[in-house]
Amino acid sequence: MSTLAERAVARTPRRLALRFGGMSDKAIAWLFITPSVLLLLAINIFPLLWTIQLSFTNYRANRPNAVLRYVGLDNYRDILTDPEVWHAMQTTAHFVLWSIALELVLGFGLALLINRRFRGHSFWTTVILLPMMLSPAVVGNFWTFLLQPQIGLFNSGIALVTGVDPSSFQMIGDVRLAPWAIIMVDTWMWTPYVMLICLAGLRSIPDYIYEAAEVDRASALRQFWSITLPMVMPFLMLAILFRAIENFKMFDMVNLLTSGGPGSTTEVASITLKREAFEKWRTGYSSALAIILFVTVFGAANIYVKALNRVKQR
Amino acid sequence: MNTPVTAHSVAEPSSRSKLIASVLVVTYAVITILPLLWIFLTGFKTPPDSIAYPPRILFEPSVEGYVNLFTTRSRQTPEFLASLPPPQTWYERLVRSRNMVIGGPSKVVPRFLNSMIIGFGSTFLAVCFGTIAAYAFSRFRVPLADDLLFFILSTRMMPPIAVAIPIYLMFRHLGLSDTKLGMILLYTAVNVSLAVWLLKGFMDEIPREYEEAAMVDGYTRLQAFFKVVLPQATTGIAATAIFCLIFAWNEYAFAVLLTSGEAQTMPPFIPFIIGEGGQDWPAVAAATTIFFIPILCFTILLRRHLLRGITFGAVRK
Repeated sequence: MSTLAERAVARTPRRLALRFGGMSDKAIAWLFITPSVLLLLAINIFPLLWTIQLSFTNYRANRPNAVLRYVGLDNYRDILTDPEVWHAMQTTAHFVLWSIALELVLGFGLALLINRRFRGHSFWTTVILLPMMLSPAVVGNFWTFLLQPQIGLFNSGIALVTGVDPSSFQMIGDVRLAPWAIIMVDTWMWTPYVMLICLAGLRSIPDYIYEAAEVDRASALRQFWSITLPMVMPFLMLAILFRAIENFKMFDMVNLLTSGGPGSTTEVASITLKREAFEKWRTGYSSALAIILFVTVFGAANIYVKALNRVKQR
Repeated sequence: MNTPVTAHSVAEPSSRSKLIASVLVVTYAVITILPLLWIFLTGFKTPPDSIAYPPRILFEPSVEGYVNLFTTRSRQTPEFLASLPPPQTWYERLVRSRNMVIGGPSKVVPRFLNSMIIGFGSTFLAVCFGTIAAYAFSRFRVPLADDLLFFILSTRMMPPIAVAIPIYLMFRHLGLSDTKLGMILLYTAVNVSLAVWLLKGFMDEIPREYEEAAMVDGYTRLQAFFKVVLPQATTGIAATAIFCLIFAWNEYAFAVLLTSGEAQTMPPFIPFIIGEGGQDWPAVAAATTIFFIPILCFTILLRRHLLRGITFGAVRK
């Protein structure tokens, strides 16, 4: 080892060795962390602070020379009393809750099946994973094609199975169906995500627990309720956490699939935010909305992580 | 089936339950992959075939979608077409048969290159910053380490549109709007949080004894880091790099709000591949296919580390 060390010392550029050779661990620690923290300060925290400041003004980004006026909490008051914002929040909640519920049921079910380790399960798992690796924007875009009545694959598929006329319904043009179209595409895309996390949970359960249950003649159902579900619970909650945060911020897929329409039936919070900020150019107002959204996610995630830790400790 | 019903261990499910499981999983897999296969096939249809009713499963393959993706064309009168010299290449002949002439190359190649430059540039920076920060968090007692790590993660919780408002103003001030440099910096910042979290997990798994032994042998801390820890972390660094690359490759919200031409990447470009009368679906499908192939390769390469990457290292298997 010492010869190897000598060779390595000899090979380290002299200047680098001289400059850093005598550095203390503490100095290295700070030197190593600083670039990342600086970058995040510049591109995440500074903009966040700026957003907070803008949220108290009437600033409009398309009129940079207009007189800047501080309006206090007016923007926040306007948002919280705006029925359109509440509607967007309800749309978001509907989308988040249903997509997560479907993804959990399908993902957990698939994980249970794949965990039977049949022949070729590894290949089929990889096939199932593919949708979640795609760009959500590109996915939203090509689903507009697949969901077109008549020429689209989806309507024809449904027609083939149920016998209804393929042009009798349209997923993205119909006020009642459009909210389900975005849920369906999200479920198609992200079920594998939940599945993968559940699979890890299932594989973390040692076999001897089931063997002991078998000796005690516990029924399959009992084994599921008393062993499988509690042991997978932390993993399920982690999956819910990640999916909830992601879907609460959802923009790209919905923007391309329905862009909030028809009317405002699929206008989730991020789309409202984009409209206010980059179409109506109400920068101050939309900054306040952005802060409200961020605080919501951040607060909910914090509470949730605490609950998650409690489940893990059990 | 002649499998004995006696003593099957729980670890090894019975072959009947395996059969049922495989049938159900394969059914789901086939249904879920159909949309992707359909898009792949649409890339090889002619525009009329792509919007035929009922949808065509059997069709004569054509590369018109790909030709349309890479070119701009204009429709001409038969008299004008007749006055032109005969087409020189197979793709000119194909376009001419549709009563059109090629105007020039489309923007797809520059957009694809933008995706590559911005993707690789931001990945390189994020992995460099992330590796050293992860090493520091993994090995040294950093004051407020947990708070710093949580702060790094929380930057990911902001809705991209919320961040895009001040970034838009900031970039306008700094002259970074619609530049590759601006997008590289932005994606680096977004990816650094993922890189730090993932790489900290990988670093934690490398035994400290390795560097300590090296330091006993006369290495300085930095030499030990470069010569001992980094080679051990290669797999983790590669996996992290691929995750960062996939994020940058797929990102849409920032790209659509902050770029319009010069620095536009593929995701905001693909939906605007327009033919006569709306989206040119074979060309869109061709672009989607080309766009997806790198991701497909990466997914297969990453299979073992996928779980870690998508959960920020929270689940390691």
